Amino acid sequence: MTWTDLAVRLLLFLGLFFYAAGTIGLLRFPDAASRLHALTKADNVGLGFVALAAALQWGSVAVAAKIAAVWLFAILAAGTSAQLMARMAKQEDRDGS
Amino acid sequence: MTSAFELILCLMILGTACVALFMRDFLAAVAFFVVFGNLMGLAWLTLGAVNVALAEIAIGAGVTGVLLVLSRSRLLALGEEISCGPAKPWLRLGAAAACSVFTAVLAAAVLSIAPDDGLAPVIDGLMPLIGVENPVTGVLLAFRAYDTLLESFVLLGALVAIWSLAAPAAWPRAPAALRMTDPAALNVAGSFGRLLLPVALVMAAYLVWVGSDDPGGAFQGGTVLAGGFLFAAMGGAIGLPRSDNSALRWSLVAGPLVFLAIGLAGAALGRFLAYPEGTAKALIVTIEYSLALSIGVTLALLVAGPPATTETGL
Repeated sequence: MTWTDLAVRLLLFLGLFFYAAGTIGLLRFPDAASRLHALTKADNVGLGFVALAAALQWGSVAVAAKIAAVWLFAILAAGTSAQLMARMAKQEDRDGS
Repeated sequence: MTSAFELILCLMILGTACVALFMRDFLAAVAFFVVFGNLMGLAWLTLGAVNVALAEIAIGAGVTGVLLVLSRSRLLALGEEISCGPAKPWLRLGAAAACSVFTAVLAAAVLSIAPDDGLAPVIDGLMPLIGVENPVTGVLLAFRAYDTLLESFVLLGALVAIWSLAAPAAWPRAPAALRMTDPAALNVAGSFGRLLLPVALVMAAYLVWVGSDDPGGAFQGGTVLAGGFLFAAMGGAIGLPRSDNSALRWSLVAGPLVFLAIGLAGAALGRFLAYPEGTAKALIVTIEYSLALSIGVTLALLVAGPPATTETGL
C-alpha cells in the first residue's frame, strides 16, 4: 500500500466520521435549529474529506478542480436550503407561540 | 466487494421506493422519491451508463421532485386536502396484479436481451464516420435520429397540452409566479438564483459540448438550464414570460425546427436525416445546442404550469 492509498483511506474514514456525526445530530437533537446546525456543519466537512480523498485517488489536477467545483456547489446548495428551512422554522415558532 | 455494494444499493432502492409509496405525509413521500431517483442514478452509474445516470438524476429526481413539491403547494393554496384514504380491496388487488404482470413482462423482455447482442461492434464500426466519440450521441443523433426528432416534438406537444388547460381569461398571460412569498425566504432564494443562473448556462453549454465525446448531451444540458431558470424564478431574479412572447416561442421551437430543417436538407441531398460526409459532427453539435435551449425552456415552463390570471407565488 502506497502513501497515497493510506492518505485516501484516512481521508475517507474522516469523511465518514463527520457524516456519521451529522446524522446522529440530525436524529438526536431536539429542535430544527440544532438539527440544521449538525447537518450543515458536520456533513459539509464530511463531504470535503470525501472530495479530497476522491481528488487524491484520481491524482489529476483537472479532475481535482472539477471535484472542488462540485464540493463548492454542494456547500452553496446546502447553505441555501438550510437558511430557507431555518427561516421557515423560526417563523412557525413565532406563529405558534 | 462490488457485489456487496450492488446488493446494498438494490436494497436501498427498493426500500426508498416502498417508503415513498407507503408514506402518508405527501412532502416526506416526495423527499423519499427524490432519494430514490438519486439512488437509481447511482445504479445506472455502476452499470456504466453515465448518460442515463445524468438524465435520471437531473430529470427523474431533480425536475420531477420540484414539480411534485410545486403541485403540493398549489393544491394547498387552492384549499384542497392532500390525503388519501384507505383504498378499496379490489382496487389494491387489481393494482398489485397489474403491476406484477407488468414487472414480469418487463423482466422477461430485459432478460431476453443477450449480453452480447452484436449491436455494439456494429456501432463501433460506424462511429468514425460521424466524427463524434460518444456512442450514445451517435445513436441518438445519427443512427436513430428519427427517435430523437420525434421526442423533441413530444416534449413540445406536452407543453401545448398544458397550455391548453389555461382558463380563457388567462390566455396568453404568464404562468402563476414561482416567486417565494415570504420576504426572508425570497431574499435567500434570490441570491442563490442570481448566482446559479449564469453558472447553469455555462454548465449546460459545457454538458452539450462534451456530449459529443463523453457522457452529456442536449437532454442533460437542457435540464441543467431548466434548473437554473426555475431557481432564478423562485428567487424572483427572473419573471416568467407571457405565452405569446415571440422570443419565447422561437426558443421553444428552435430545437425541433433546426433538427427538422437539417433532416429535410438531408432528404434533398439523398436521404432524410442523413448527414453529408464530413459535416456530421458540425451538424450534430448545431442540433444539440438548439435542442438543449428548447428542452431547457420547455422543461421550465412544463413545471411552471399553464397561463394563470392570479399573481400568486409559492
